Formats: sequence, C-alpha cells, structure tokens
Amino acid sequence: MTLRLTNTAKTYPDGTKALLSTELSVAKGEIVSLLGPSGCGKTTLLRIIAGLEKPDASSEIWFDDDNVTTLPVERRQVGMVFQSYALFPNMSVRANIGYGLKMQRLSKPEIDARVTEVLEMCQLQPFAGRAITALSGGQRQRVALARAIAPRPRLLLLDEPLSALDASLRETLRDELAILLRKFDITAIFVTHDQDEAMAIADRVAVMSHGRVVQSGTPEDLYRNPTSAFVAGFVGNAMTLRGRVKGSTLHLDGGVLPLPKDGTGQTVFVRAEDVRIVEDGPLRGKVETVTFLGTHYRIGLSGITAEGLASIHSGQTAPKVGTTVHVAVEPAALMLLPEEAGAA
Amino acid sequence: MLSSKTKILQLIVTLSACAFLLVPTILSVMAGVTANYFKGISSGLTLKWIYRVWELYADSIFLSLWLAFACLICTLIIGLPAAYGLARNPGWLSRLLEEFISLPLAVPGLALALALLQLYGSMKGFRASWTFILVGHVLYTLPFMVRSILAVLGAMDLKTLEEGAATLGASPWQRFRDIVVPNAMPGILAGALTVVTLSIGEFNLTWMLHTPYLKTLPVGLADSYASMRLEIASAYTLVFFVLIVPLLMAMQWASARAQRIAK
Amino acid sequence: MSNRTFIMACLAPLLVFSLAFLALPLVRLFLASGEGDAGWAIYLDILRKPRYLNTLILTVLVSLATTFAALAVSTTAGMFLVRNRFRGRGTLLSVLTLPLAFPGVVVGFLIILLGGRQGLVNQLTPNHVVFAYSALGLFLGYLYFSIPRVLLTVMAAAEKLDPSLEEAARTMGASPYRVVVDVILPGLMPSLIASGAIAFATAMGAFGTAFTLATDIDVIPMVIYTEFTLSANIAMAAALSIVLGIITWILLLIARSLSGSTVAAGG
Ligand SMILES: Nc1ncnc2c1ncn2[C@@H]1O[C@H](COP(=O)(O)OP(=O)(O)O)[C@@H](O)[C@H]1O
Ligand SMILES: [Mg+2]
Repeated sequence: MTLRLTNTAKTYPDGTKALLSTELSVAKGEIVSLLGPSGCGKTTLLRIIAGLEKPDASSEIWFDDDNVTTLPVERRQVGMVFQSYALFPNMSVRANIGYGLKMQRLSKPEIDARVTEVLEMCQLQPFAGRAITALSGGQRQRVALARAIAPRPRLLLLDEPLSALDASLRETLRDELAILLRKFDITAIFVTHDQDEAMAIADRVAVMSHGRVVQSGTPEDLYRNPTSAFVAGFVGNAMTLRGRVKGSTLHLDGGVLPLPKDGTGQTVFVRAEDVRIVEDGPLRGKVETVTFLGTHYRIGLSGITAEGLASIHSGQTAPKVGTTVHVAVEPAALMLLPEEAGAA
Repeated sequence: MLSSKTKILQLIVTLSACAFLLVPTILSVMAGVTANYFKGISSGLTLKWIYRVWELYADSIFLSLWLAFACLICTLIIGLPAAYGLARNPGWLSRLLEEFISLPLAVPGLALALALLQLYGSMKGFRASWTFILVGHVLYTLPFMVRSILAVLGAMDLKTLEEGAATLGASPWQRFRDIVVPNAMPGILAGALTVVTLSIGEFNLTWMLHTPYLKTLPVGLADSYASMRLEIASAYTLVFFVLIVPLLMAMQWASARAQRIAK
Repeated sequence: MSNRTFIMACLAPLLVFSLAFLALPLVRLFLASGEGDAGWAIYLDILRKPRYLNTLILTVLVSLATTFAALAVSTTAGMFLVRNRFRGRGTLLSVLTLPLAFPGVVVGFLIILLGGRQGLVNQLTPNHVVFAYSALGLFLGYLYFSIPRVLLTVMAAAEKLDPSLEEAARTMGASPYRVVVDVILPGLMPSLIASGAIAFATAMGAFGTAFTLATDIDVIPMVIYTEFTLSANIAMAAALSIVLGIITWILLLIARSLSGSTVAAGG
C-alpha cells in the first residue's frame, strides 16, 4: 500500500502546534523511519496516520486511492506497535495475537492457523499459552509485533518499539526487527529518536524537527548530504567549525582550513571521524580528554574552535592529555550549510 | 517478643477492644439458642427460637436477599459503564460528578430518605412498592461500586490498551466488552460484594422508606428488638450474623485483592 | 468521534439516576425546609430554641467523646497489630473489623445485651447498673462501630510509615516515648485527622443505634425522626437534615482530602 499525506497538521486543544503542515509519501513495501528528538511530533504524526488523533481541517490522508482522513481507527486496517506495547493483560499470548483476527470475524480454525503461522514467524511458539505478565521485555515486544501483523494490516506503524528495553537487548532486537519487517514485506513507518536504530531498520529516513519533516532520504544520503545544520547535527553528530569564512578559506582560532568551494554566508560542519590527528596539519589544538573506546579513541580538542572539537583516532596509541597536536581535515569532508536561525 | 511495658499495655488495649466487640456478639448468639435467657444456659440449648424467627420473619429475609440482588444488578448496570466513562473522561466535570454521587456516603441515610419521601412520597404506586426501597439502596451502594471499579481502571493505562484494540479493528462496544470489563473484574467483584453486604444490612434509609408490608431484614430486626422477647430478637440477630459475616469476609478479601491489583 | 459518544452514553444512566433520585430530592428537601411557618428563619430556630440547641450540643459532645476514644483505642491496637506478627493476629484483626457490616440497630441491641435491664453488667453487679439507654450507652454504641473504621484507616497509614525513620531516631538517642511523639504520631497525623473526621461524622448521623438506645435522651437524628413522624413538622425535619448533612459532608470531605479513602458511613 502507498501512503500519502498532504497538508497534514495537528494543533492540540491546548494550542500546542505539535505538527505543522506536512507532506509525506511512503511507497508500497517501503520502510520509513521518522527520526527526531523527543517532542518533535513523531508520535503525533504516527497517531494521525493510525486514526488515533484527529488532524486539523484541510489535512488529507490517502491509503492508495482511499481518502481515510475521517475513517475511524478501527476501520483503517493499520497495525500498530505501541511504545508500551499495550498488550491485553486479560488475554494469553495466543489470544492477544488472535484478537485482530477475531474482530475480522474469521472462523476459529482460520484464526488458529493464522496465529500459529505468526507465532512461528516471530519465534514465539514456546510462549503461546503464557500470560502477558509472564513474559520478558523482549518477548513482549515480539508479541506486540506479532499481534499487529497477524490481521495483515495495510500499513504497520511502530512507535519507538525498542525504547522500553535495556540497551544491550535493544541492539540485538534492532537487527531482528529489521529482518522481520523485511520478511513481512509490508509498508511500515517506524518512529525513533535513535539515529542508529533508524539507519539499521529503515529504507528511508524522514528527519523531523519542531513539528515538521526537515529532510527525507536514504540513510547514506542524509549522512553525506544534509541540507540543514539540524540534520547534519542530528544524523551523525556533525560539529560546527565556527570561524570567519573568507572566500574559500575558513579562519579558525587554531589555523586556516581550505574549503571545497566559496563558503560566503555559510556555516561549516565536520564529523569527528573526519578530524584527523596527523604529524603536520594546518590546525593546532590542545588535547583535553582521551577516551578509549576499544576500536578507537575519542579525543577532545580545544583551541581550534570556541565550542571544542572531537576527533576519532584509530592509532595504537593516543596523544597525552595536555599536549599540542596538529590536525587536518580533507576539504571534501567539510559540509557547508546555510545559516539557520534557532536550529537545535 | 513482648519485652517492654509499652507492648504489654498495647496488648491489653487490643484485647480489651476485642472483648468489647466480641462479648455482646457472643451474648447475642447464646441468647438466641438458650431456652430461657433469664435462667441462663442451664435452662438448655434449643433451636426453637430460630424456628420461631423463621415463621415470623422469613418474608423479610427473602425480601432483603431479593433487594440485595436487584440492587447489585442496578449498580452494575449504572455503575460499570459510569466508572468506565469517568476513567476515560478525566477532568473537573468527572471529579464533580464522582463527588456528587458520593454524597450518600457522607449525608446520613435519614436525610436522603426524607428527601426521597418529599419528592416521591405522593406517588402512591411507587411509594408503596419494593422499588422505592430499591432506589434508596442503589443510591447508597452505587458510589461503592463506582469507586471500586474506578480504582482498578485508574491503575492501568486504559487509554492505550483501548487504542491497541482499536487498531486491531475493535469498535467502542467491543473494546468495552473485551478489554475494559475483563480487566476491571477484581474491582467489579469487590464492588459487588460490598454492594450486597451493605444492602442486606441497610437500615437508616430503609426504615424511613419501608411500608408495613415490606420489611427488610434489618427493619425486621428493629421490629423484633422493640416487640419480641429477647431470645427471639437474639435468634434473629444470629440469623443475620450467619448471613452477613461470610459476606463481610469475602468483601474484605476481594477489596484487598482489588487494592493490590490497583497498585 | 464515535468513541466520545460511546463514553458519554456510558455516563448517561448515572446522570439520569443521580439527577432523579439525588439532585432533585435534595433540592426538594431544601425547599421543604423553608416552607414551614418560620420560613427560612427556621435555620435560626435551630440555634434559638433550647430543645434543638441542647440536642445539637449533646450530639456534638457524644460524637466528640466517641471520636477521641475510638482514636485512642484504635491507634494503640492498630500500631500493635502492624508492628507485631504472632499467632492469632489474623483472628484479632477479624474480630476488630467485624462490626463494619453491622447495621446501627444491631449495634444498639448488642449494647442492650451489655448494659440493658437484662444485660450482662446488670446480672454481674449487685446494685442494678443499667446504662444502655443513657448517654453512656449511646457513646458505647457509637464507639462500637467507630473502632473498626478508625482501625482500618490507621493501620493502612501505619503500614506505610517508614520504620527506618524510627530507627534513625533511636540511633540518635530518642526514648521510645519520644519516638512516638516525634516520629510516629506526626507520621500518622493525616490519617488520624481523617479517621477522626469519619468517626465524628458517622456518630453525628447515626440513626439506627440512636433508634434502639435513645429512648430517654435526644440526639439530632432522633429529633429529625420524631419531628417528621410524630409532630409532622416537616420543615424542621428537613432543616435539621440539611444542617446535619452539610456538617457530615464537610467532615468527610476533609477526611478524604487527607487520606484518600472513605470507609462506609452509616451505623
Ligand atoms: N495530547 C496532547 N495535548 C497537548 N500537547 C500534546 C499532546 N500530545 C503531545 N503533545 C505535545 O506535542 C508535541 C509533540 O509530541 P509528540 O508527538 O509526542 O512528540 P515525540 O513523539 O516526537 O516525542 C510535544 O510538545 C508534546 O508536548
Ligand atoms: Mg513519542
């Protein structure tokens, strides 16, 4: 199914403009992630698509060729995985998964067959008869997914499905979820505030900020060609190189950097992995912190720009704290983006 | 364990309180099965007073049971949806409504009965029927039902659970039937036992609302205290105890369970 | 949304019932109180006429005595039962909460069995002690049904008291007496005020017990009853009901704001 939103906005009764006028299209079978910091309107957008929240007038939501804007949630045929899972405590795992099928008035044998199939797909057979309260967090997450997918919804919506789990479990389940979603072959929208999660799972990421979608594209695209300071900062943690731009050079406290092109009126960004500590480079900075991270060091530098700079250093040894080092950045690794007022 | 003087003092107070509550109860039970209470136990044990109570007051006992049952049905029909409505619609208006229907907990039954009599006393058919007493009982027990269910519903994330059911295609009524009612069950059970226990024991309203042809168990009790010999009054009280004490214990068990779940 | 309609429909039976059988009757009762010869000045009559004023004072005094006695007994017993585990504790607790389901008339009868003409005390003592029909009997009857209500509220609060506070006070050298005064009582205070208010309100409005015991003395509920049935002074009965209702309602409001739970009134 393809999803199309036009001019969709949401103002809550208390006046909060949680979603500004938004256009969004999701192609058939595409897995799109809504990525953005907490409070930027991701859940609101997802709930509008599900039909749990009524959008402002003039909003339109299309499922294929059906205008579903005024269709109540129970008739939209969407599957939803809630942040808290919302599993029914009065039902077993099996009954939870079969509930949507029961609502479709399928026959009992049909329901049983379908539930068994979904249980198998999600590797939940051993827990079929269990009460919800007797499941671990990860198992609950899978039951929630199985329950959403069992009625074969037109669209699957997931609201931070991994955020209720502890960090170690989250990473394994992230990859598992990516595999499962592909196996289901379904159009899905996946909300997260974690860029790694978005990149691992989604075909396309829509980055949101302050109630609007600011950029959407493949993970690589967003990483390499951010169109705003916000996306550069949020996806891949780009740092600002604050200095004076003169034509195609950037004058910093710690030296002068060549730019790939004329940067007048632009802000320059760089990522920590592109900041290299070398024998002789154009910049000089002082080592403030050294953090050993197993495969590499993360080194905090001062004296280059006012806000400080981090460098990913992958040598066998790291420079000592307090020493002065030379730093180089490839001009191609520098990102020049328009000045943005009030960006995060 | 009882090392200090304070503890012994506490124990004495506790035991005295128990004795104060228990001794008259035992006296009443004994008087109900003693042939002649003035002569004491030595006059022999008998069930004849109980038979006598049965002859005199069986009707009132059945009326009370029937009223309690009808009251339970009414409080369920009104209270269960209402508790759900209040839980799903939080805000000052719901708070106000909850506060208002709780008035019968605070305002003495006598005053409520007077109010009902003032307004409906002239409607002879209604005034003289058992439904008039039923109204009083429902009025008095309804807040217990509503609050008991509300406490359980308020402790879970009902809104999200319902949204989950809605995305799976459940209509509002199906959500209510499949999600709300089963999950509210501990509260419903505790509320139901409370309603039945209170309805069977209700006197203050009923005394004002009853007619000579419609006497409930407690009204019959008051009647026997005023006009029967002590043994019959005691035997009747004994019958009441046999009915109410198991109900009270079941009610306390169910309320404790509902409270545990609500936490 | 249809969801909203369903929720409103769920509240409809409650609204209809409480409008028809609570709101309108109470309004009618209030109007009835002004329909007597004295008009609305009837509320002043309650304070002016000695019959009503004296009754009001007596009712308040007996209720106050009940409240303080019930607080003293139930707090002592409640603290003891919360802090000690022993065989028979459950039984003691059951006995102490037994009267919760007893109607006021039954409580009155039990007091008669204790202190009436054929009562236990009269039989055991040589010189005919009959107290059931006096203020003392009424006080004991009210105490009978107040003990469990106060006990449950106090025990619920005592279970939530943090024992480490007491231990901390002990390590700082506080005597057991000081621990009670400085730690336990302040911790229990909201629930003591709440259950005291409940006990007082219940005693003020108790009809069943008064109905069986108050043959020689007058308390407000009995006056309401006799004004209504014997004197057919409906306006005064209504006015007294309104005054009594407002007093008990305010008290229970205080109780609930302090402890969050209400034990059934009545008795
Ligand atoms: N029911 C509501 N009423 C009023 N404001 C709301 C409501 N739900 C969310 N908001 C506000 O809307 C904004 C977006 O919220 P949300 O969509 O939940 O963000 P996210 O899921 O990205 O964290 C936030 O500022 C939030 O406080
Ligand atoms: Mg969210």
